[in-house]
Amino acid sequence: MSKILEVNDLSVSFDTYGGDVKAVRGVTFELNEKETLAIVGESGSGKSVTAQSLMRLIPMPPGKFVNGSIIFKGQDLTEKSEKQMEAIRGKEISMIFQDPMTSLNPTMTIGKQISESLIKHQNMSKKDAHERGIELLKLVGIPTPEKRINQYPHEYSGGMRQRAMIAIALACNPKILIADEPTTALDVTIQAQIMDLMKELQEKTGTAILLITHDLGVVANAAHRVAVMYGGKIVETGDVDEIFYNPQHPYTWGLLGSMPKLDNRDEELQAIPGSPPDLADPPKGCPFVTRCPFAMKVCENRMPEYTDVSNTQKAACWLLDERAPKVEIPESARVGGTKVHG
Amino acid sequence: MAKYLLKRIGYIIVSLFFIITITFFLMQAAPGGPFASERKLPPEIEAQMNEAYGLNDPIHVQYFDYLVRAITLDFGPSFKYVGQEVTDIIARSFPYSLILGAEAILLALSFGVLLGVIAALKHNKFGDYAAMVIAVLGISVPSFIMATILQYIFAIKLQALPVARFESFAHTILPAVALATTPLAFIARLMRSSMLEVLNADYIKTARSKGLSSRVVTYKHGLRNAILPVVSYLGPLVVSILTGSFIIEKIFGIPGLGNEFVVSVTNRDYTVIMGTTVFFSVLLLVSILIVDLIYGLVDPRIKVTDKGAEK
Repeated sequence: MSKILEVNDLSVSFDTYGGDVKAVRGVTFELNEKETLAIVGESGSGKSVTAQSLMRLIPMPPGKFVNGSIIFKGQDLTEKSEKQMEAIRGKEISMIFQDPMTSLNPTMTIGKQISESLIKHQNMSKKDAHERGIELLKLVGIPTPEKRINQYPHEYSGGMRQRAMIAIALACNPKILIADEPTTALDVTIQAQIMDLMKELQEKTGTAILLITHDLGVVANAAHRVAVMYGGKIVETGDVDEIFYNPQHPYTWGLLGSMPKLDNRDEELQAIPGSPPDLADPPKGCPFVTRCPFAMKVCENRMPEYTDVSNTQKAACWLLDERAPKVEIPESARVGGTKVHG
Repeated sequence: MAKYLLKRIGYIIVSLFFIITITFFLMQAAPGGPFASERKLPPEIEAQMNEAYGLNDPIHVQYFDYLVRAITLDFGPSFKYVGQEVTDIIARSFPYSLILGAEAILLALSFGVLLGVIAALKHNKFGDYAAMVIAVLGISVPSFIMATILQYIFAIKLQALPVARFESFAHTILPAVALATTPLAFIARLMRSSMLEVLNADYIKTARSKGLSSRVVTYKHGLRNAILPVVSYLGPLVVSILTGSFIIEKIFGIPGLGNEFVVSVTNRDYTVIMGTTVFFSVLLLVSILIVDLIYGLVDPRIKVTDKGAEK
């Protein structure tokens, strides 16, 4: 597998009246061809800002790149002009958004909204783009696409709108599809359908998917690799099995622990106490220190380096230092408990 | 669609009936009459005049007479201008108001929308502040002051445009600008706020993520959604411009309908009051209907169909 996207030490800040909000602080990851990488984290962890920075969709100002690079096809996207980005957006990298109810233009037919990028990037005629639009709608599983293509978004249901969004995003066969919480606004049965559809389309088209979500259930089904984000940093990354069966960072434990479990009906739902750090004034050390049950002196003062757990898994936590006390993975975080205990 | 239109036209007729009824009795309730003037008429002549115009009949007879004649579009003769029909007066003076109003609406709409879009695109920058200063001035300066200022600068100081009367296109410029100022400013503010809202909408981000240029995003995706509040303001605007031009018509010496309307009230010229009121009401009701139809065209979510009408 070859790398298609490389993000190196990316930092993004926003100028506000309350000072610089450092939403993303030195994020490094890579995306391989045909793979799905999930970025998980709670609200305010910087995952959406990371995703939108890749497309340069962050309004600048107030947003700005402080540091780092985004390498796509050997070129640094942070240095591209707006005009050059227009040629990449929709063609090489495209995006689907959280709320299909508001992310389609209400005064334009679905067909027109699909055609736009085809006409722009592939120099198609209106008629050809219309034909291709029908094919795309069929591809994403919309019945009677010949009729549906001339309808407006308000004539579609929520799930169908998200399907139409996917059709728009995949119109020009992009290399990378960024899905920013694609199922958050949908009900559970539709969520499963949409995730299955994305998986199926990935197999057909070979698009790499960057999946932004806070739903670990979605991650377990769809992702190959996972990056856990907290306080603008990636705190742990690894293959999906490693994250679920052998998590190393206390924040990952917390996330796994707060998933509702089928066999524990009597217990109350667990939550991670406290709230995320204020990124206008980020902590000097580990951002999770105030909420971490295993916090030590060193955590407050110094951000830990990444420790390699395996070839593919690494985590940034002082507990992995050889001088730190041994801490067992808490019972609540053992999602795949049977496999570990075996 | 046909059913919807029929239904709306039915409503218009019902509204007109109420407007005629209320105006008729209000007018009768006002003291004085068409033949009351400072130089009193000899009583015999006044009695004869009242007889001739049917003013001696009981009021309900007069009312029903008027209704029947109004249905046949006969609004009767003017009491003050001897030998002139009300329809003649309207036909003579309305074209002036119409031309003036059309120019003013066009001005207000095009520059108002432009100003609003500029303000929204340059949000919190110089362009925004400049556009909004113009808008606040436009709303707070009354049209008669605007008119006299325009006359002073362009007609008297610069000698560039005629000061008054209505003879050529050049004559219409100053009154049209004066008339357009307030609605222009209002539209600019309306457009700015709705454009700001639309530019932050998710579908604008979607459009940008497709690689469309910011020009296409702004005009193709933004403008059509942002213009909806302006469209709904258009109905009342058309009417207020056509009727509210009395002051401007007075200042610029234009023999328009707004002028006739006000003069007829002070004259107690019953038939002209009724005629112009009915005329303006028809104008208002029809322009509201047209705006509703346009609204359906601009925003597909608002459907003008039989389905909606049956509910």
